[in-house]
Amino acid sequence: MTVSDAHRAIEAVWRIESAKVIAGLTRLTGDVGTAEDLAQDALVAALERWPESGVPDNPGAWLMATAKHRGIDALRRGKLLERKHVELGHELEAHQESPEGELAAALDDHVGDDLLSLMFTACHPVLSTEARTALTLRLLGGLTTDEIARAFLVPKATIAQRIVRAKRTLAAARVPFEVPRGADLAARLSSVLEVIYLVFNEGYAATAGDDWMRPGLCEDALRLGRILAGLVPDEPEVHGLVALMEIQSSRSRARKGPSGEMVLLLDQDRGRWDQLLIRRGLAALQRAEDRGGAFGPYALQAAIAACHARARRGEDTDWKRIAALYDALAELAPSPVVELNRAVAVAMAFGPAAGLEIVDSLATEPALGAYHLLPSVRGDLLAKLGRHGEARAEFERAASLTRNEPERRLLQKRAAASAERG
Amino acid sequence: MRFMIVVKATKDSEAGVMPHEKILGEMAKYHEELQKAGVLLDASGLQATSKGWRIKYSGQKRTVVDGPFTEAKELIAGYTIIQVKSKEEAMEWARRFPNPSLDGKEGEIEVRQLFELDDFGPSEAVERFRKMDVG
Repeated sequence: MTVSDAHRAIEAVWRIESAKVIAGLTRLTGDVGTAEDLAQDALVAALERWPESGVPDNPGAWLMATAKHRGIDALRRGKLLERKHVELGHELEAHQESPEGELAAALDDHVGDDLLSLMFTACHPVLSTEARTALTLRLLGGLTTDEIARAFLVPKATIAQRIVRAKRTLAAARVPFEVPRGADLAARLSSVLEVIYLVFNEGYAATAGDDWMRPGLCEDALRLGRILAGLVPDEPEVHGLVALMEIQSSRSRARKGPSGEMVLLLDQDRGRWDQLLIRRGLAALQRAEDRGGAFGPYALQAAIAACHARARRGEDTDWKRIAALYDALAELAPSPVVELNRAVAVAMAFGPAAGLEIVDSLATEPALGAYHLLPSVRGDLLAKLGRHGEARAEFERAASLTRNEPERRLLQKRAAASAERG
Repeated sequence: MRFMIVVKATKDSEAGVMPHEKILGEMAKYHEELQKAGVLLDASGLQATSKGWRIKYSGQKRTVVDGPFTEAKELIAGYTIIQVKSKEEAMEWARRFPNPSLDGKEGEIEVRQLFELDDFGPSEAVERFRKMDVG
């Protein structure tokens, strides 16, 4: 095994094990920042040793044991004492004698709770949404600061700073490392779901840059969602979110044309939809419904996505059902964006004029003032009604508002087409 | 990227010996790990080849040959499909696969990367495959 082979093997192990190791260490030290430092130390040790010794049989337990030894060393040198972790130090010492096998077993007992606690900590409401996202990808997704920065097209230093500040905020707020219970659980869980879906959306509909999609980010989000579904299998909305992401992911190949341009849902070659992901998505939606969650916000969106997934051809789409699902969604979680989507569904089910009526009621909505999809949808409906002059103006306005290049080109194309017909 | 972990058949699996509790437990634990890590896409065990058949081709001529087939090592008894970020990650998961043999002695698995239809480049035939929902 060459050194670079070994490094790639270690990266793979890190991707599999890091969240569990950091979670276990956070339970012991009570501090995410300390835990991550210790885990990083263990990773450095692995990079030094494994190329010669080979990857150990239980690499997770090895990383954990090594991190703990580093923790105890640091404790002896007084570093952790400064951080007032005396009592936690005792716990670290107590675990020191445990041989690797026992340690692995002890780790396994807690691992589900620890991972879940880590998710709740990383998505704690005391943090800004941006901070939650960065911390979640770093601690649970196993992404490096550099990878996160590239995914969100921001400088590496910005992400590094964001993560450092987030850890400090968590420590200052003395956020307990635990799974919230009772009424708290629902609110905290929705914060975790929000972060996962935000990561997914950033990959699925990149808000900026030259790429219309960043599938890597979608995969990361899907993976986090699947992990969460395993950790809290009784929560319907988790299955709803997983269903939504599986079904949307099933279309990712079909959304991109040969020269990287985006292809709209109804123009997509449905043969390119990934049927394995659709099956998984429909099964997850069923799980959400079986747990009484058919009317959760994510399950409703998944049900809408499922209507598309079930239609073999665009013209087979059950738009009336989709419009009804949007009605339910608009009632449950009213927002101008949901309203805009409802308008599209209503237009498909009951004609463009009915849709345009809803869109026009959104014209003065301040939240949509700079939202390119409002003029884009309005332009589409106007074009269908034969009002090409007005449609052209809307497409041009939409093109000037989007920050995504492929999307801008598509909108300009539609403006030009309207100009020809108008 | 997706990989298939193929479990090779053994004399026992071919004889229709049902997996006992211990190996079922190990397999369940392993697949739970895959699921917990968010990488499991699909998995299934296959019944003995005595319940299957082969079709042999010679030009346009087809001959049906009923199972069982003898060369156990050439046969498969199950598969697991995972989705991971790298070949190394697939290797790391494969390394953790429990010994699939029913007697706990000699067993074998094989790992293969799945083709995506996009790997074939544009062609009329590939387009037709896409319309069939395979790939």
